[in-house]
Amino acid sequence: MINTPDQTAQKVAASLKKRYAKEQRFKLYGLLAVAFGLGFVVFLFSTIIGNSLSAFHQSEINLSVTYSAELLDPDNTHDRAVLEDADYRALVKQSLQALFPEVTERASVRKLVGLVSERAESQLRERLLAHPELLGHSERVWFMADGRVDSYLKGDIDLSLPSDERGFDDEEVGFVKSLQQKHLTRRVFNANFFTTGDSRQPEEAGVLGAVRGSLLTLLVTLVLAFPMGVGAAVYLEEFAPRNRLTDLIEVNINNLAAVPSIVFGLLGLAVFIQMFGLPRSSPLVGGLVLSLMTLPTIIIASRAALKAVPPSIRQAALGIGASPVQTVTHHVLPLALPGMLTGAIIGMSRALGESAPLLMIGMVAFVADMPQQLSSPATVLPVQVYLWASSPEHAFVAKTSAAILVLLGFLLVMNLAAVIFRNRFESRW
Amino acid sequence: MTSENPNTPVTAPTVGEVHVPNPIIQATDVNVYYGQKHAIHHVNLDIGSNSVIALIGPSGCGKSTFLRCINRMNDTIPGAHMTGTILLEGNDIYSKSTDVVQLRARVGMVFQKPNPFPKSIYENVAYGPRIHGLASSRPDLDEIVHRSLQKAGLWEEVKDRLDQPGTGLSGGQQQRLCIARAIAVDPEVILMDEPCSALDPIATARVEDLIDELRDNYTIVIVTHSMQQAARVSQRTAYFHLGDLIEVGPTNKIFTNPLHKLTEDYISGRFG
Repeated sequence: MINTPDQTAQKVAASLKKRYAKEQRFKLYGLLAVAFGLGFVVFLFSTIIGNSLSAFHQSEINLSVTYSAELLDPDNTHDRAVLEDADYRALVKQSLQALFPEVTERASVRKLVGLVSERAESQLRERLLAHPELLGHSERVWFMADGRVDSYLKGDIDLSLPSDERGFDDEEVGFVKSLQQKHLTRRVFNANFFTTGDSRQPEEAGVLGAVRGSLLTLLVTLVLAFPMGVGAAVYLEEFAPRNRLTDLIEVNINNLAAVPSIVFGLLGLAVFIQMFGLPRSSPLVGGLVLSLMTLPTIIIASRAALKAVPPSIRQAALGIGASPVQTVTHHVLPLALPGMLTGAIIGMSRALGESAPLLMIGMVAFVADMPQQLSSPATVLPVQVYLWASSPEHAFVAKTSAAILVLLGFLLVMNLAAVIFRNRFESRW
Repeated sequence: MTSENPNTPVTAPTVGEVHVPNPIIQATDVNVYYGQKHAIHHVNLDIGSNSVIALIGPSGCGKSTFLRCINRMNDTIPGAHMTGTILLEGNDIYSKSTDVVQLRARVGMVFQKPNPFPKSIYENVAYGPRIHGLASSRPDLDEIVHRSLQKAGLWEEVKDRLDQPGTGLSGGQQQRLCIARAIAVDPEVILMDEPCSALDPIATARVEDLIDELRDNYTIVIVTHSMQQAARVSQRTAYFHLGDLIEVGPTNKIFTNPLHKLTEDYISGRFG
């Protein structure tokens, strides 16, 4: 059956409407998908940021401290060693008892002293050792409040629970309320969070130890994985003959990129720690494991970058009499380098966010000290998040979110660097 | 109009004048295989010095393959191998004692698509002399760059912007830059693989003029799809067909009085 021109036009017009409707629907689905994705991201970030905000502030309590000579140096020796060993907790106790003279029962006094962080002792010791002339004098000092006091002041403790079930009973609430009435509490920016390592006390715990652990680990990863990955990619892409063996290698590299990271952790445990006896929980072993994990990613990205260099550049160099190595080092590599760096940075940011393989090699241990070198025990940011998330104290909830924010900040910076590298150094031909 | 089917391979020997007195390149019984595919069959061809020879023929006839044998660029293609001998001034370029890097310094190449390095104009020209150690000092190198650009007819256009990227030039200028880059290492032979196919007619005319000038100092082998171009720039023409070298002869003779039926059909536009 043949259509007349009129019929054809009609049929086309009829089908056009349907086609356009289909197109509109298709666009709508895409838009919906994007909206969903964005919605989840916004939800995620607002939750994390909302939760973390309180971790960036810390409550403090103001007390009048008397550096009493009877308590600190009863024999009047003026010996530095005596001052170092003195009982500074007693000073805090004395100050608090002066504020609450009616409290005499032992259990109540202990609660009272517990309002102030244990950090107070070292704070007072350092102060007095730096200024020995203060002995016998008084001054007002701001002390870090205990984590529970901090949580209470931030409204994180549910007061509708029975007094003995909330870990912060009515008596303690009464003490804090009384301090508040006397304007002896305040909230300050929690610089401590960025300058200290982990601690059992939530108010003292900081993220710097984990940041340093992460940086040391990534340093090892970068130093090992980048040159090896680029070298392997250059050989496979530019020099290796195409045969069964290189095909096998290629398939295996692609498979390695898909191996679950915890398997690399087990491998690291068996090889680096059991066989070679390298120190456990160290950034060195962590970096080795993560470089194994990152290597396939870097090789694949580097090969893609090399493939993207047009063959005409290689021909031009070869045609002029450059040797294959000169062709690669003078022309191909400089052109492929931005792509390689981008791949490496993306691999690095994956490694930065990795926790599972590091659990296997013992980086999950509680490490309060700042890691000083590659072999000292350390933890990394994602593992720190995991550790804090599983801590019972309420104040760690905010710390967890804050640590996640720090981790995300690092990831953001790295991915931004990748984008900048790609845009700035990409040559056009 | 009934000519014999041009798609049937012919294995007849080449007609015309295969040999010339004092050849710079002598190809004898050259066969090239890409894996199983037999790309060119038993080609014998002499190339005389300081002249232009054009290789013409329909697509896939093996003319580029033959060209790329002369500086061993086929070596870079996986699975390609050749038999037969090619002598450059009497020395077998496929013998073990021939260094391929040295060979390519003596036999330069200009490609179909202009392919300057994404570097400055100066660096493009200076690259060859630099890797071969041809200049002992910076003024030497400057002189080589100057001379090469002048020979390539590009000096006047780029002398004020030698530090600009070579990729920023127009297509025709880029191709002349590539020619300058090739002559900077002072080769004896320049191979050109359809050097004007990506250029407009004006740029093409400039490159053709340049080829004519370069003939005084260099031997030029040019592959071209344009028979007019072959007629304009070359002294000898070789016609390839499905891997066979059908006919070789002086250009004016090939275009006015071809000996072989296939040559005649091709140049008169009956196929190709």
